Amino acid sequence: MMAEENTGVSVPELGKTVEERPKWDNKVQYLLTCIGFAVGLGNVWRFPYLCQTYGGGAFLIPYFIALIFEGIPLLHMELAIGQRLRQGSIGVWNSISPFLGGVGIGSLIVSFLVALFYNTILAWVLWYFFHSFQDPLPWRDCPLNQNKTGYIEECAKSTPVNYFWYRETLNVTPNITDSGDVQWWVVICLASAWGIVYICFIRGIETIGKAVYITATFPYLVLTIFLIRALTLPGATEGLVYLFTPKVQVLKDPKVWLDAATQIFFSLSLAFGGLIAFSSYNPQKNDCERDAVIVGMINSATSIYASIPIFAILGFKATSNYNDCLDGNILSITNAFNIGDQNVTRENYDSWLKHLNTTHSQEIEDLHLKHCSIQEFLDQSASGTGLAFVVFTEAVIKMPGSQVWAVLFFVMLFSLGLSSMFGNLEGILTPLLDLHVVPKWLPKEAFTGLICLISFFFALIFTMGSGNYWLEIFNSYVGSLPLLIIAFFEIIGVVYIYGIGRFSDDIEWMTGRRPNLYWQVTWRVISPGMLLIVFLAYITVQVQQPATYEAWNPNYVCILL
Amino acid sequence: MVTYETDGQDAYKVRLSIKTALGANAYEWNESEQFLFRATLAFAMRKYTGQETFNVSSVIVCDETPRVSFWFVVTNPNNTATLIPKNAVEEAVRLSRNRINSAFLLSDKTLQFLGIPPTLAPPSQPSLPVWLIVFGVVMGIVTTGILALIIIGFIQRKKKEKTIEDEDEEEKQERIMENGISCETLEGKDGVNNGAYSHDEDRLTQL
Repeated sequence: MMAEENTGVSVPELGKTVEERPKWDNKVQYLLTCIGFAVGLGNVWRFPYLCQTYGGGAFLIPYFIALIFEGIPLLHMELAIGQRLRQGSIGVWNSISPFLGGVGIGSLIVSFLVALFYNTILAWVLWYFFHSFQDPLPWRDCPLNQNKTGYIEECAKSTPVNYFWYRETLNVTPNITDSGDVQWWVVICLASAWGIVYICFIRGIETIGKAVYITATFPYLVLTIFLIRALTLPGATEGLVYLFTPKVQVLKDPKVWLDAATQIFFSLSLAFGGLIAFSSYNPQKNDCERDAVIVGMINSATSIYASIPIFAILGFKATSNYNDCLDGNILSITNAFNIGDQNVTRENYDSWLKHLNTTHSQEIEDLHLKHCSIQEFLDQSASGTGLAFVVFTEAVIKMPGSQVWAVLFFVMLFSLGLSSMFGNLEGILTPLLDLHVVPKWLPKEAFTGLICLISFFFALIFTMGSGNYWLEIFNSYVGSLPLLIIAFFEIIGVVYIYGIGRFSDDIEWMTGRRPNLYWQVTWRVISPGMLLIVFLAYITVQVQQPATYEAWNPNYVCILL
Repeated sequence: MVTYETDGQDAYKVRLSIKTALGANAYEWNESEQFLFRATLAFAMRKYTGQETFNVSSVIVCDETPRVSFWFVVTNPNNTATLIPKNAVEEAVRLSRNRINSAFLLSDKTLQFLGIPPTLAPPSQPSLPVWLIVFGVVMGIVTTGILALIIIGFIQRKKKEKTIEDEDEEEKQERIMENGISCETLEGKDGVNNGAYSHDEDRLTQL
């Protein structure tokens, strides 16, 4: 199919325009775009963290239960309804019932707000990418202070990696009320991020469909490279054992089930309207049931696949930190007791310590030796930006050939985020196009450019000194509760207002098979039920704690009691 | 004979970590190495003060340990009963630190003068930060790409409008009308599949 036939064609002679809906070049584009939308940063930096926090291998049980009873049914429903009604989110819900129109508008607004902060994260990824071409990597060493006798105090008190993230990248203020200035370097990175997004998004799915061949597949290539490299690093096995050791008693905690359900839900990017938009460009005779199962399974498989190299590398980092800690203690002992250089090694450290404790226990105590425990270092894992920009960057500087690994890692993150951005933006573009708010004389390129430009200006709030705090708030509150509400009304709307019978007929017409018992039961009862429970549990948990955010305050004085 | 206490006002403690620095090529610390140290320090004092009266005998070492560490003081060559004050020694050492390190194949970390902070070498700053160069390259590609796509789209649209105008002018008289819709507009377009008439193989989109 030639690319030109995908755009709208107007025939002036007839006195009316026959505009054909854009469509995918082939099925592969469609599937890759959906997979790219679902597979995002969360698969890499949220799932491994949850897996590790909630008892490793045991977490997979609630995770797969949530996938089968909540994730895939909702996914199938969104793809089917978009494909059948051939409209974006606002059009679809308005067609089902005018009273449901708010669901579509909700999706549109959530997509817009998420696009704002999500691309800011990509701007930060770009900043790190730009800095990965230096030797040594700028987050390896602390910068020197004024008179060059030591390191800058803020950096010396924490770590170079933290300093580079909080001070040189974000230049963060101590709290959200202190806005600080707009950081010009983040602004230009944000501009490049929106520029790259614009190139791929410029003509809607016509250009997105081409871009996803790379953005959706490249992360898998990088993950495989990292997997091979990571498994050869010392300490990798510690990390993997730590990740996958099942602690089955964790399953008794209801919070685990709640987090599994929420993770599946957000991971599949449901309720954004993006999936509905993508499937609306399909021909109606398309097997959406098979598509939904494929996308859902690949998304979860990717999460599991990504956690292996991530945790191997975290294990390596923990081992390195443990060795550094031991070496520090060894040096203290060697210096204090004037033992010969290198006589105390990591292997005989324990016997030396025992011996010295019996003979010189007071001096040993005065040395304030650090307690080195590899378990403690493994527990230091993080999620979100903390994982990518602090923990992982620290691991990378310890690997030989750091620049290569840093570049690969950040390009992978950018690729993952970019394909998710396509879904967010299509969730904005398609409903607006279907509402015909766009004047006919405005070419599509200009309209998409306008969306990108407006989003860029709104996103400048995240480039201020307090921007990171704003982003955390957006991340916690925009990308969570509203989606649950929207998804709940989506499924109620389709099953009870549109009618499950009519919906099943549509699917039979589109795929040739009537939805079987599994779909009927999950759509009617289980999925709405699970959504309702997750929603109520979420609210209960939220109201019990005061709303907090983590701040970085270099002037904070820690008083030891 | 000057006596002094370790931890005294003008004494410095020195600590060497030869095995850490040199591994298998580490040398033994013995009297001769000690002699070299005292000579190097005398050299540092000469260089700093400009007086060529300092000698190996001006530097007194004591309290050696297997670590290898020891204390030293520098006596005034003109009056061997007095010691050179602490900060003079410190400045002298800082001035010739590199030479002292090199004499022993060690570095600031492995040849420590406790109490004398090392002068850290500033990292090299290129005239234009590297990251801005990469940023420039990426932005250049992005801008070219955007312009190219916009221009190509514009040209394609103009071409399409032109061919439609040309066709319609020539074939206006010969246009076949069917149900009020010109057949030409349906050519090459898929339209909407009518379920009643579709074949089985059209059910699934071909890859």
